[in-house]
Amino acid sequence: MGTIQPKVGEPLTEELQLVQAAKGGDVSAFEDLVKRYDRNVFRIAQHITQNREDAEDVVQDAFLKAYQNLGQFQGQSKFYTWLVRIAVNEALMRLRRRRPERMVSLDEDVKTEDDSVPREVADWSPNPEQQYSQAELKDILTRTIQGLPPSFRTVFVLRDVEGLSTEEAAEALDLSIPAVKSRLLRARLQLRERLSRYFQKRNGGDSNQ
Amino acid sequence: MKCSEFLQELTNYLDGVIDARTKSDLEDHLAWCHNCYVVCDTTKKTIEIYRDSQLYELPDDLRTRLRSAIMAKCQKKKAGPEKV
Repeated sequence: MGTIQPKVGEPLTEELQLVQAAKGGDVSAFEDLVKRYDRNVFRIAQHITQNREDAEDVVQDAFLKAYQNLGQFQGQSKFYTWLVRIAVNEALMRLRRRRPERMVSLDEDVKTEDDSVPREVADWSPNPEQQYSQAELKDILTRTIQGLPPSFRTVFVLRDVEGLSTEEAAEALDLSIPAVKSRLLRARLQLRERLSRYFQKRNGGDSNQ
Repeated sequence: MKCSEFLQELTNYLDGVIDARTKSDLEDHLAWCHNCYVVCDTTKKTIEIYRDSQLYELPDDLRTRLRSAIMAKCQKKKAGPEKV
């Protein structure tokens, strides 16, 4: 079984040049950085906040904050990792504001003894996503990931959707590497478990409406 | 290898960050344990489906609007703090 390859590949030096230029006051260089990463920041923000308006605000605030604090970016990490860290913090802040009754923390490590033990082990159809229309599939995927605790879905989105490495995710989330790995494993298993309801092979073929 | 040990290594296995010895132990386990094979295969599909799903794509018009707003604020900052 093959391995999963990260998605984001980046010409680093060119990016550092843009950062240097932006630091020196070149606003159009910063605009290039915005164009490069606004889609990613929007996705991350919407996954965390689960709210479109909040996600829009996070995109604006995260980039503005990055611009204002460019002087503090030392270039030891990638610009993208640094930016994601800012965006995640902005998004969590908004999530907490909207749900003050619930503790929202990245440290949240919801421990239930059996949440990592697969119960659903029926195989899936060969192309499970083709059982559904695009809209239905998006709805299933959205509802499923929204059911995860914020700390789990954030780790999953950074690692598996946005393609950050474990080390980069740990840095962006201020978590240890073992903490990222443990949350990622459990996020993946919980999503798998929940998606199995929709995607497993059914006897007698067509399932859906 | 027990199924629980397999599960502990599943993330490293799928990410390909695993030494050759452990990899071969895991693959031996996969060869005879159908349940772990299914869990491994469907976990991989889970990741791929989410990666390809294009959830929360930023629409072009919103993208343009957000970028204009960001750049307007950056220009303002560049011009220096506002006098009160």
